[in-house]
Amino acid sequence: MDAQDPVLARLVEQVSGAHAHQTPLDIRGGGTKLFYGGVPAGEPLDTTGLAGISSYEPTELVVTARAGTRLSDLESALEEQGQCLPFEPPRFAAGGTVGGMVAAGLAGPARVSVGSVRDHVLGMTLLNGRAEVLTFGGQVAKNVAGYDVSRLIVGSLGILGVICEVSIKVLPVSVATATLRFDWDETRALRQLCSWRAQPLPINASAWHGGRLHVRLAGARAAVEAACRRLGGERAEPAQALAWWDRVRDQREEFFLINETSAARRESMWRLSVPANSGAITLPGEQFIEWNGALRWWKTGAEAALVRDAAARAGGHATLMRGADESVGVFAPLSEVLMRVHRGLKEAFDPKRIFNPGRLYAGL
Amino acid sequence: MNISLRSEPAHAVWEQRQKNVVAALEVVLPRAAILFRHEDTAPFECDALTAYRTSPMVVVLPETEAQVAAVLKICHKMEVPVVARGAGTGLSGGATPHAMGVVLSLAKFNKMTIDPVSCTAVVQCGVRNLAISEAAAAYGLYYAPDPSSQIACTIGGNVAENSGGVHCLKYGLTLHNVLRVRGFMVDGEPVDFGSQALDAAGLDLLSIVIGSEGMLAVTIEVTVKLIPKPLLARCIMASFSDIESAGAAVASVIAHGIIPAGLEMMDRAMTAAVEAFVHADYDLEAAAILLCESDGTPEEVGEEILRMEAVLNAAGASRIEVSRDEAQRLKFWSGRKNAFPASGGISPDYMCMDSTIPRRCLAQMLQAIQQMEVKYNLRCVNVFHAGDGNLHPLILFDAEEADQMRRCELFGADILETSVSLGGTVTGEHGVGVEKLNSMCVQFSAAERAQFLGVKRAFDPRELLNPGKVIPTLQRCAEYGKMHVHRGMLPFPELPRF
Repeated sequence: MDAQDPVLARLVEQVSGAHAHQTPLDIRGGGTKLFYGGVPAGEPLDTTGLAGISSYEPTELVVTARAGTRLSDLESALEEQGQCLPFEPPRFAAGGTVGGMVAAGLAGPARVSVGSVRDHVLGMTLLNGRAEVLTFGGQVAKNVAGYDVSRLIVGSLGILGVICEVSIKVLPVSVATATLRFDWDETRALRQLCSWRAQPLPINASAWHGGRLHVRLAGARAAVEAACRRLGGERAEPAQALAWWDRVRDQREEFFLINETSAARRESMWRLSVPANSGAITLPGEQFIEWNGALRWWKTGAEAALVRDAAARAGGHATLMRGADESVGVFAPLSEVLMRVHRGLKEAFDPKRIFNPGRLYAGL
Repeated sequence: MNISLRSEPAHAVWEQRQKNVVAALEVVLPRAAILFRHEDTAPFECDALTAYRTSPMVVVLPETEAQVAAVLKICHKMEVPVVARGAGTGLSGGATPHAMGVVLSLAKFNKMTIDPVSCTAVVQCGVRNLAISEAAAAYGLYYAPDPSSQIACTIGGNVAENSGGVHCLKYGLTLHNVLRVRGFMVDGEPVDFGSQALDAAGLDLLSIVIGSEGMLAVTIEVTVKLIPKPLLARCIMASFSDIESAGAAVASVIAHGIIPAGLEMMDRAMTAAVEAFVHADYDLEAAAILLCESDGTPEEVGEEILRMEAVLNAAGASRIEVSRDEAQRLKFWSGRKNAFPASGGISPDYMCMDSTIPRRCLAQMLQAIQQMEVKYNLRCVNVFHAGDGNLHPLILFDAEEADQMRRCELFGADILETSVSLGGTVTGEHGVGVEKLNSMCVQFSAAERAQFLGVKRAFDPRELLNPGKVIPTLQRCAEYGKMHVHRGMLPFPELPRF
């Protein structure tokens, strides 16, 4: 991207000043994910001026957008060409940006079959803590020149630098989709998902809650129809299914709302990322399962240690998505050796520790 | 690298150093697992980039994880560089030894466990890529990344290089198919990157360790995803009478929302070379041939092949043939898979390039290469992973003739610089190693290279793991720039960046 760009130049100047004076900066796009991660602190650095799609070549399956571009604008541009962000990033509220999507690294229901945000990031321009504008990766899928820094930045919650522009691999919208519903308890649902995984079926997403499993199929028309016949269940009305998956993706489905009752019970929303074949994980409260069993949301009043222990025993980790008490730490604690590498990387990208202090871990 | 060691005092210092390192290693390894006589270490002097050779000070062949940890601890304490090595099939010199260092051969770590329920395999680093799919076949599963060297290359090397393969357009690279890497930090401390789940807490270190060419950590065990084997695969072989329409056809397939399982291109010169080698009835009249594959359930494949045929016809294909059965499909692929040996049959030597460009620039790039053939007075045959814009031009030359070697290197550099100027990259899948250090000066600024070094130091502060690879020094880049001006080639402007 053009270093002479006046908006970028202003950001460079702000970072340069913050570097000189060791002023903490709170990198801010649409502000739709402020609840996620540690409490934001510092002088705001606004990325929304850095907006617009820089290049989009549908035949390349790549779009390059500046960080402040609204996610909704990007998705509309893709939709016009019959393409999409296959990993379905959640839109918690209107106004979210491309930079925020990448910094959070969160993906929606289809992640289990198509891959994560980082799997689709091909390149990035980053403003590091020394106010240097750096470009890593590119606009091509196969690229092994140098370390894959742009993918390291995905999900880093802004602690290593300001994302300025990002190139993302996109995919055509599936020719056909269908949603099937099954009234199964948790054990049966998990068992079935497990056995389907080893078969060549076009399962794109799944969600289980309150005794009902939803399975979304996507792919070639003939393949989707054949799978519908094979799996059985009750076929959902397409428009209704579309709206339902959108609510799951954006966490607007009722389960995800922390209402007065759950607030009164001091319940938190936990995200447990575990091996898909972990079997049932039992905690007090209510559960929503995605990713064929690899993602378990728990709305629970249980102690943080209990939740983290349950996830760790299953071979995964637990994140406090929306918490009654964030003093327990949002992300699972790291081993000493990994924390040492995290500190080394922070030092390498942002030696004065100006970017988003404490957003990922205390001290970073 | 070891030229400066030929002088007597330096050699004496080297011998003493070798003696000390061997003595320290003998405490933790059986004698048979330590090689240091020249005749024993000679097989480790190079990887598949045989033009670069360095005699290692010591080679160790540990058999247990405890031994690996102990070797790393000793080397870290004595500040000895360590170069991890798998099968040695790498094409960019990523496993070229260090003259003052230890080669850590991990070939003996060759066990794996398949878990058909979770559709994963836990694989030790020395297991061959193809062996994973062979073991998983009993459960109807396979490991998708299939680099051409898959019979020989190991999963540890695949992690180091982020290897792709013919099918990565649809199924992704090593990065997309690995859940977890377990191994050791440079000081011998055990470490886990990623997890058995789909993500892990903290920064995504797994994505930077994969493709780091053995410079950040030592890989011992890899958890890979297995996917159900497609029930059917069929391949279309399409001929085009000019390069432009073949290039446009590739873009058109993608534009129609089709992601083929494989989409490969060969030019006429390459087709002629492979036809002489495999006799697969390739169309020798065509300016370019496309191989376009569909896989999945019979319903999916049937539907997709029809769509592919329609798109290729509309793009002006002069001949289209769809594989009738598995035997014919394999025959279609036989030439493509034998592109390298076939090139060996028509020229004493060849140099394989590996840049990637945006798909839309394929025809433009081929034309540029045709002009370079005239400019450097050397022939070039072309195989492309067209679907993902990854080029493997093979420049034919005779190493016996000094000037041909020189012209070949200039030809190669020209291809790489042209690729970068088109918005591409100097290496799509073979890695930087030692071979493309100069090209890194073209693709990355000094600040970007310094940032790479910062990443390296976050993992390995003393820079002992595979030092001297991937990141060129400032001085080297300055000299490379000067050399180009001197030779009257492209000067060294900041090339357009993307």
